Amino acid sequence: MKKYLSFFKIRLINGLQYRAAAIAGMATQFFWGGMTLLMFWAFYQNGANEFPMTFPQLANYIWMQQAFLALYAAWSFDNDIFEAITSGNIAYELCRPVSIYTMWFVKNIAARYARMMLRCLPIFAVAVFLPVPFNLSAPVSLEAGLLFAVSLILGSLLAIAFVMLIYIATFYMLSSLGVRILFSSIVEFLSGAIIPIAFFPESVQKVLYLLPFAYTQNTPFQIYNGYLSGADAYQNILLQFVWLIALWLLGRLAMSRALKKVVVQGG
Amino acid sequence: MIELKNINKTFKIAKRNAGLNEALKALFKKEYTYIHALNDVSFQINDGEMVGYIGPNGAGKSSTIKIMSGILTPDSGECIINGRTPWKDRIDHVREIGVVFGQRSQLWWDVPVVDSFELIKDIYKVSDTAFKRNLDELTQLLDIGEIIRTPARQLSLGQRMRCEIAASLLHDPKILFLDEPTIGLDAVSKIAVRDFIKTINRERGTTVILTTHDMQDIEALTERILLIGKGRILLDGSLEELKRRNSTHKTLTVDYTGQLGTLEAGMHLQKNLDGHAVIVIDTAKIPVSAAIAAISKQAEVNDLSVTGATAEEMVVALYKEFQI
Repeated sequence: MKKYLSFFKIRLINGLQYRAAAIAGMATQFFWGGMTLLMFWAFYQNGANEFPMTFPQLANYIWMQQAFLALYAAWSFDNDIFEAITSGNIAYELCRPVSIYTMWFVKNIAARYARMMLRCLPIFAVAVFLPVPFNLSAPVSLEAGLLFAVSLILGSLLAIAFVMLIYIATFYMLSSLGVRILFSSIVEFLSGAIIPIAFFPESVQKVLYLLPFAYTQNTPFQIYNGYLSGADAYQNILLQFVWLIALWLLGRLAMSRALKKVVVQGG
Repeated sequence: MIELKNINKTFKIAKRNAGLNEALKALFKKEYTYIHALNDVSFQINDGEMVGYIGPNGAGKSSTIKIMSGILTPDSGECIINGRTPWKDRIDHVREIGVVFGQRSQLWWDVPVVDSFELIKDIYKVSDTAFKRNLDELTQLLDIGEIIRTPARQLSLGQRMRCEIAASLLHDPKILFLDEPTIGLDAVSKIAVRDFIKTINRERGTTVILTTHDMQDIEALTERILLIGKGRILLDGSLEELKRRNSTHKTLTVDYTGQLGTLEAGMHLQKNLDGHAVIVIDTAKIPVSAAIAAISKQAEVNDLSVTGATAEEMVVALYKEFQI
């Protein structure tokens, strides 16, 4: 276990170095969050009753999404890993007495949480003081707050379990670019990163809830703002857990198959 | 103990001719060729041996190293290293080996080298005392005490390679695989690396398997060489044996004043210019001492040197002999 903690630590330290990138990212996220809210505000002016979420719920959703963007972004990959696979440097990683799957998983957790830590606090600090109803408010209840925390972590692990499958797919390809772009656009759409899943037509929602993507960012944010509560919230968290285990097992299986076929490039 | 038996490995490689038409065709139907990287490779290496593994580019050296270090799975054959099959027991197997790929880096690029060492310590669960002992010994032997606090990206190739080698020995491996460890190094670094490898082999009894294109490495380091070409082991023997096989000719370089007349049988004048001559001697026909005496009778010798076939020439001769 200690060795994985060490990977976590060295990756975290590495990630915390990039302050300029964090500031630039934060500015983009404020702007993005603000524009999204204003756009929705324009729609809400014409009959707020026709929308599934109240405007304050939506504001909370959007600000949480911006603050925790780094945890769930489907387009955020660890370039070292692609580099290791395509350049053949994975040879060295394979010479270590560690499970490659676990090591990469841990590296991704560290990278995403490092980025998140640099960005979330300033976003909270500003979003809380925005005028009502554009502001970020406290969770609807203490229970919702606690469930949110659990769900936030499960959701982020689930997001990483997806990304792991993309890394593994790279073993079979010379360039990872195509699969990355395809994957991230689809997942962003299906996970409610572009518009919350609640805004999709009922029939589409039914399908989306059968897929794992709905259980990454949608679950924690909708628990936080009270859109999901009671039994629904617990059920969603359970499904997060089930999907996480399923994708983790699938990833491990795929990894061990890929490593058997691996051809280290060059040299 | 390393034992390879009838190892085979084939790579499937997509191939097409140049041109747009061919590229379009390849979109629908790919043509593959099969490359037999390893063909029935068998050998045995005992504990504490130092073995040079040589062969031209693409002969299968790296593939063999990769199989022995558990990275590559062969198509067929057996490989038992210290009682384990590398690709089946990868994690347990790699705990006991150290690997240096001369063309890659295992050091964390942006952090001081010593941080990478600490990470390696945790990965291999090296105890604090063993780590400190190894680190002290390695930094001293490789003369890297000054540079391990520098980020890896700021090191020269020679400095980095010494750090790479240290990194691969921190966990006291029983076997050390060195894949072209001296590639691109200057003379001073090469000598430092060679001395170090010798010391480690002698004092720790580490089995060393070395691939290289630098014959001086082989000459300085290894007793035994394995020659591989086109995926087959062509020769397995000592360097001395190989030398003896090839040492029927010596080259004599002479600086002289006067005139060189006709030479005796077994002596062949290769070059003669302004008092500088290169003479090849067939030692089966005339001993070297007799040849020197014959020359000094004819002219006044100012300078003279005798050289046997270099390892490099022998390998070229071997490549020719086996047509690889």
